[in-house]
Amino acid sequence: MRYLLIAAALALSNPAAAAGNAEKGKTAFLQHGCWQCHGTVGQGGAAGKALAPKPMPLEAFSVFVRHSNGPMPPYQKAILSDADLADIHAYLQSIPAAKDYKSIPLLNQ
Amino acid sequence: MSKQKDVKVGRRGFLKGAGLAGAAALAAPLKAAAQTPAVPARNPVPLPNKAAETQVPPALEVLTEGKSGSDFMIDCIKSLGFEYMAANPASSFRGLHESLINYGKNTSPEFLTCSHEEISVAMGHGYYKIEGKPLCVFAHGTVGLHHATMALYNAWCDRVPVYVVIGNTMDAQMRRPGIEWNHTAQDAAAIVRDYTKWDDYPASLQHFAESSVRAYKIAMTPPTAPVLIVADGSLQEDPIPEGLKLRIPKLPQVAAPQGDSGAVAETAKLLVNAENPVLIADRYARTQSGANRLVELAEILQCPVIDTSSRLNLPSRHPLNQSGRARAHVSRADVILGLEMTDYWNSLNTFRDQVHRTSERIVRDNAKTIHLGSGDLYIKSNYQDFQRFTEVDLAIAADGETTMPALIEAVKKLVDAGNKSKYEARGKKLAADHMADLQRTRLDATHGWDASPISTARLCMETFGAVKGLDWSIVSQSGNVSNWLNRLWPLEQHHHWLGRSGGYGVGYGAPASVGASLANRDLGRFSVNIQSDGDLMYAPGVLWTAAKHKIPQLAVMHNNRAYHQEVMHVQRLSNFRNRVANLSGDMGPVGTMIQNPDIEYHKLAESMGWWAKGPIKDPAQLGPALREAVKVVQSGQPALLNVWTQPR
Repeated sequence: MRYLLIAAALALSNPAAAAGNAEKGKTAFLQHGCWQCHGTVGQGGAAGKALAPKPMPLEAFSVFVRHSNGPMPPYQKAILSDADLADIHAYLQSIPAAKDYKSIPLLNQ
Repeated sequence: MSKQKDVKVGRRGFLKGAGLAGAAALAAPLKAAAQTPAVPARNPVPLPNKAAETQVPPALEVLTEGKSGSDFMIDCIKSLGFEYMAANPASSFRGLHESLINYGKNTSPEFLTCSHEEISVAMGHGYYKIEGKPLCVFAHGTVGLHHATMALYNAWCDRVPVYVVIGNTMDAQMRRPGIEWNHTAQDAAAIVRDYTKWDDYPASLQHFAESSVRAYKIAMTPPTAPVLIVADGSLQEDPIPEGLKLRIPKLPQVAAPQGDSGAVAETAKLLVNAENPVLIADRYARTQSGANRLVELAEILQCPVIDTSSRLNLPSRHPLNQSGRARAHVSRADVILGLEMTDYWNSLNTFRDQVHRTSERIVRDNAKTIHLGSGDLYIKSNYQDFQRFTEVDLAIAADGETTMPALIEAVKKLVDAGNKSKYEARGKKLAADHMADLQRTRLDATHGWDASPISTARLCMETFGAVKGLDWSIVSQSGNVSNWLNRLWPLEQHHHWLGRSGGYGVGYGAPASVGASLANRDLGRFSVNIQSDGDLMYAPGVLWTAAKHKIPQLAVMHNNRAYHQEVMHVQRLSNFRNRVANLSGDMGPVGTMIQNPDIEYHKLAESMGWWAKGPIKDPAQLGPALREAVKVVQSGQPALLNVWTQPR
């Protein structure tokens, strides 16, 4: 909650975040180890929450990634540039919405 | 050839006789060797001595014997009702081996050939969880026991009895020179004493009989745990002295310790009067009956149950199963009853794994905490599997399952109409929460449903789709598949879910799954194993054991091509230190990936007699492959699908 508030404040103060490149973002997502906890398509699992579809806004995303003190370790600029972060966000935004579980018979047993 | 004499003489007696009267026999090989042309020794194995083999042995040299000590030892082992004995063959128990297959006709127990002692013991671990009684394991002295240690530690941590017999020759003059000395120890059981419940080194056959029965009784008395008996080599191989009277004691029916009646009554009172009681079950249910009774208690109280998944304690779809909301329930509870908890502290506290590690108790200050479990009845010091000390108000040292009927009766006596009305409202809310959690979990499972590598949710649910009409049993789930099995499969019966390794020693999954599949085979059940890649590489030889002994199993690989837990640990430390993790061409940090080259597990399994297919990377191909594999397993053959999966 604390970080969501910080993120919201930052979002208001820095509305013009750079748009990223989804293709580059996929590469960065894999190279920087995001897939390790969140899966290669950001689907989430036991080790990390689902990031896609519909990731949180870039500004909030950035604050969380830079300052996480929970289960996720922080990624500071020294190891993940702002440009890479924006690209990763663009990749997550590009991931299409999942099917409705009611349309998947295996999930209705 | 001279007639062999059936003389009852011990090895000591034989050698003494040979020293006095058989000098010629001993001298002959030396003389023959002296006449052999000098050839540089290349082979350490002694060359055959033709003269010694063709000459008539001296009349006093005893070449055969009647009933040996190991025959009686097998009688003892048979008296305990073992159906199987798993072992990698080894000379230190050759007497027992020969007695089992010839004198004992290789039945009850039947010899299961294993390629590693870790496999033998881990098979026993899985076997017990289905069969409810231990597997017998023979292991080589010293080196074999060293191999067995990891599996014994897992069994110890998981409170599973395994009955281990090792060979060892205490009398120095009886040991063959060289290797037998390397494989002998003064205190052979010392290496595993920290994680076995009891061991003994019997000095006579009668001593063996008594200790073998004692060991079984101790192993099966809660808290259940592995035991070990050392079968001395001389005792195994010496003939039974004529006229020696031996008796095998009867094995008692073991009654587990039940909780103090006053403490049980106090617990019932607290639970009945609580606004928000919570039950947490860890290694509580040893049997279906135990699980049924927990359902009964929970339904009387209409209270949340948190199942830590160490066993199937409560059906996963039961509306009172609130395992997905554990923290929320614990933090608002006014009474918490832990059942056979091995890490109660972790349920009542949070811990942050940061640069500076911190923890916080989440239980309300005025909440009453109770523990009912047998762990306090037997504990050792060295290995820290007893976990952090947990502050509770009442600790009942007794077997949870055995005490449950008394607790239920005590609760029933206290519940009145007013309570029932309150409980009903509580239960309705919990049922609604349970359903909401299930719907949310189903939604979560849709994310990445069509991804390649295949999502672990899809892996699990495609597998369920293929076996749902059968009497299935998940015999192991190694690695981590984000708990989809526990969250989405309808785990209703005790045999549907067997828990995990106990000590978290990787390498448990494959052999334990085969042990459980063996027990399931005899019960006509279908065994499913979600097999991780890293785990399989510890003891892949168990694949051969399964094929050799016709133990059917469906192994669906969770092949994420990594030691994934370590992938995340190293990434975490890299981030804490502001360093980019060194991948060196792999997908994860150096030293954590199982790729480049990728292991073809399907070929590995095929080479050992399994039906196998893979690698399956397209989720659309998984369902058809599973249906094909199920048919193979139903025909009695083990089958493995090598499936490339998402990390978790």
